[in-house]
Amino acid sequence: MNRHEPLVLGIETSCDETGIGIVRGRTLLSNTIASSMDEHARYGGVVPEVAARAHLEALQPAIEAALAEAGVSLGELDAVAVTSGPGLAGALMVGIGAAKGLAVSLGKPLYAVNHLVGHIAADILDSGAAQDAGPLEYPTVALLVSGGHTSLLLVRDLTSDVELLGETVDDAAGEAFDKVARVLGLPYPGGPEIDHAAASGNPAAIPFPRGLSRASDMAAHRYDFSFSGLKTAVARFVEANPEMLADDAGRADIAASFREAVVDVLVTKALNACRDHGVPRLLLGGGVIANRRLREVALERAAAAGVAVRIPPFSLCTDNGAMIAALAAELIASGAEPSTLAFGADSTLPVTEIQVAVPEAGPESARS
Amino acid sequence: MILGIDTSLGTAVAVIEPDGVVAATADSPNPLGHAEAIGDLLAQVLDPAVAITHVAVGMGPGPFTGLRVGIAAARAFALGRGIPVLPVPSHDAAALGLLLADTVAGADDTAPFAVVTDARRREFAYSVFEGTDDDGLPIRTTGPALAPRDELDDRLAALGAARRDVSAVPAAMVALAASRALAAGRTLATSEPLYLRSPDVTLPGAPKKVTA
Ligand SMILES: [Zn+2]
Repeated sequence: MNRHEPLVLGIETSCDETGIGIVRGRTLLSNTIASSMDEHARYGGVVPEVAARAHLEALQPAIEAALAEAGVSLGELDAVAVTSGPGLAGALMVGIGAAKGLAVSLGKPLYAVNHLVGHIAADILDSGAAQDAGPLEYPTVALLVSGGHTSLLLVRDLTSDVELLGETVDDAAGEAFDKVARVLGLPYPGGPEIDHAAASGNPAAIPFPRGLSRASDMAAHRYDFSFSGLKTAVARFVEANPEMLADDAGRADIAASFREAVVDVLVTKALNACRDHGVPRLLLGGGVIANRRLREVALERAAAAGVAVRIPPFSLCTDNGAMIAALAAELIASGAEPSTLAFGADSTLPVTEIQVAVPEAGPESARS
Repeated sequence: MILGIDTSLGTAVAVIEPDGVVAATADSPNPLGHAEAIGDLLAQVLDPAVAITHVAVGMGPGPFTGLRVGIAAARAFALGRGIPVLPVPSHDAAALGLLLADTVAGADDTAPFAVVTDARRREFAYSVFEGTDDDGLPIRTTGPALAPRDELDDRLAALGAARRDVSAVPAAMVALAASRALAAGRTLATSEPLYLRSPDVTLPGAPKKVTA
């Protein structure tokens, strides 16, 4: 196996995107994504069984498309990588089944990795876009925000030392956008819809609550998030003020004020983490990073706090297979042995498990 | 050589010669843990010196989450080797196994019988068969279909089929059914999994009121 610049195919099926990525070391060769988002739209949220069925049908065409785009054949691969968790169990299992079938078929090593740490690995990929941020420096605080997770991490080393500082105790931020969109009569997915509706609104019009931000919450939940109370507050407000929802300007104010409450909590807690740990670096990842206001507020307040912000290209922020391949490539370069074949899906895989099914140390256990 | 995979009940894999001689077989009866088991079981039955020409896979019916693991693994394995996938209804493979055992035992192998498997949610999945055809394949006359647990026996009585509960689908029988179909120029199933149920979802209504 080429450990210097390994050619890795990554499979990601933790939520509603079937992602196949191919990297050579830190060079992105393909980031192929098939999304079942449209199939979930009529349900107002991701339906696990619908997502899992879509993964099974999308995988083979996505692998073929990724190989064609990268201009490589399966036989050239140094390794296969797959997301083991966290995520939707039934969806993860489709990717794991495929990854094991492919790795055994090709006689190639398999690396089973952590989805959240993969989001951080997305940042090290050279996608060919102009990059002036330079290489990822450690330690860095990472804020990962999507429809499936909202996590604040302290990354001392991508392949060996990632610590969970906090996460959502109820809904993910992206989920809150979807649920509030429904309350406001807007379609799924809620993020872009609310962003659009909020464009002309006043973010200070309604003082919606900031979850887990009171002094009394800060001892136990300094870096944790909660968005379900905010969602209820918006619903209550709309019931009490139906005339505001009926009016475009009123609706814009509600959407802008809700969005501001989410953004404020995310950015405040992320910058608290930077300050508390003396880390002047913040990495943003996850699909919700597409939210224009979130990027704007993060950049503005981070600059004021002397914190440098890094945001991977948007196509690498949403769930994708390239980040999974990139993390495996870093693990390989750092000397990590392949995973054993006995792992399964772990819907609550902790971030400290960067790679799963790591073979026991010893001369006989290493697979090649 | 044909690789057979079935995860409609437990996790089962086998490699057979086209005439049915079993080269290797490995399985886990656990009705869960398919994703964990599939890799090591495949590695156990594969001999690097033996060329696999086709991958036969059980398409269900079976609990969806496990069923998909085998289909995903079969498709990816075939893609890796550049060989075709041969889909097989899992009940057909189970029926073939029962019929071969009946023949060996000298039992009547022409009487109608039903392969019955657990479909969870208080339902059974069943298919009715009546003997084998000239290609050596079981003749399926009904199903696969679902029946509520307490209605199954009445339905089978109406069809005159003896009930045969099955708790494992032998992967060698999946491969053999595929091999016989291939020799006869037939396909036994489409590439669609036999889910028999639509995804279990309800459309959202209006948002619930939060104030009293
Ligand atoms: Zn994600």
